[in-house]
Amino acid sequence: MTGEVLDVTLFSVAMATSATIVMLPPGVALAWLLARHSFPGRSVLESLVSLPLVLPPVATGLILLHLLGRRGPLGGVLEWMGIEVVFTWKAVVVAMAVVGLPLLVRSTRAGFEQVDRRYEQIAATLGASPIRVFFTISLPLARRGMLAGAVLGFSRALGEFGATIMIAGALPSTRTLSTAIYSYTQTGRDGAATALLVAAATMAFVAIYVSNRLTDSGP
Amino acid sequence: MPSVPFVLDFTLHQGAFTLDIHERFHAQSVALVGRSGVGKTTVLDAIAGLRRPSSGTIEVAGHTLFRSDSGVNLPARERRIGYVPQDVALFPHLDVRRNVTYGAARATSSRVALPTVLELLEISGLMDRPVAGLSGGERQRVAIARALVSGPHALLLDEPLTAVDAELRQRILPYIERVRDTLEVPLVYVSHVAAEVEQLADHVVRLGG
Repeated sequence: MTGEVLDVTLFSVAMATSATIVMLPPGVALAWLLARHSFPGRSVLESLVSLPLVLPPVATGLILLHLLGRRGPLGGVLEWMGIEVVFTWKAVVVAMAVVGLPLLVRSTRAGFEQVDRRYEQIAATLGASPIRVFFTISLPLARRGMLAGAVLGFSRALGEFGATIMIAGALPSTRTLSTAIYSYTQTGRDGAATALLVAAATMAFVAIYVSNRLTDSGP
Repeated sequence: MPSVPFVLDFTLHQGAFTLDIHERFHAQSVALVGRSGVGKTTVLDAIAGLRRPSSGTIEVAGHTLFRSDSGVNLPARERRIGYVPQDVALFPHLDVRRNVTYGAARATSSRVALPTVLELLEISGLMDRPVAGLSGGERQRVAIARALVSGPHALLLDEPLTAVDAELRQRILPYIERVRDTLEVPLVYVSHVAAEVEQLADHVVRLGG
């Protein structure tokens, strides 16, 4: 593996790891909300969370560009705070987190739904607050679903292309596995593209294998 | 131990099922009896705060837990009612020690000390074991200990001896008697077995006529 190929691979893994860390808190909260609560607008929220799964990634990228661009509602505020996102590594993390989130939420939600409510109820009779019940009973018992979701979200983030190219481009400072494979192929560097392909396929295979093992094993 | 006052006077709707209970009495140990599906577990759930009656009053040992006309409905965590459900519901990811001490944090003013409970129920030797390896009788005793260590005003037991054979039943019954007599914790006990009711209860509530 050449230095450049290694750099792209390590950068992608670092970005996908950061995206997974970023998506975990909101993803777990959304999964718990959808698994355990009925409220007005629940179906709308459910659809919104799943939207990046079915929307063309390029369209997701365009939405993010509108939101985070200098004239966008979030981008304007961030620029005022001195934070530049678009076409930086931060944009890569945002794009990866947004496309990975639905997979994390789906798997974690299934994990919460498999937790017998009786455990949570008994914990409450023992004096535990809802927060304590969540962190000591619900979350540990749903951990396999959450870990499987995190691995799936990570692998989706690692393979992300469309949204990333829209919001972060394929600059030397933002080049990921997917965007680099595309760039190398376009410029005739088939050897480097193939090396990256092998790295991407290996990591994706390991992620899916781990996720399946987590889902198949008992509590 | 002296008898304590109970008010179980409420109506609870659950889909097409309606539970009506209108009982006021003093007791040390109450047995809830009635045919299957009559709502015995629902009564325990309502006392524990896991199901909300549509109207009425629930008072246990002088503590008002639910009173619809004055808007009182304590959440389950504030009721101090120990509950051992039929399947005991030991937390599967925690060992025996962490199960038993789960509710200990709120029990600072409890008259039930952890060493006393462990000794009474003879579970000191189980403390470092995972709950998955426990026998049926051990699971029952650990679940009772967990409920007691939280310092409850009363202990609810939902058919604690249904899933165990006759021999084991005879071995566990004395533990429940000890809880009633030594720790002086009022019991509300659901059972199908007449001999158990006779041995444990000083007041019987018959549901469903």
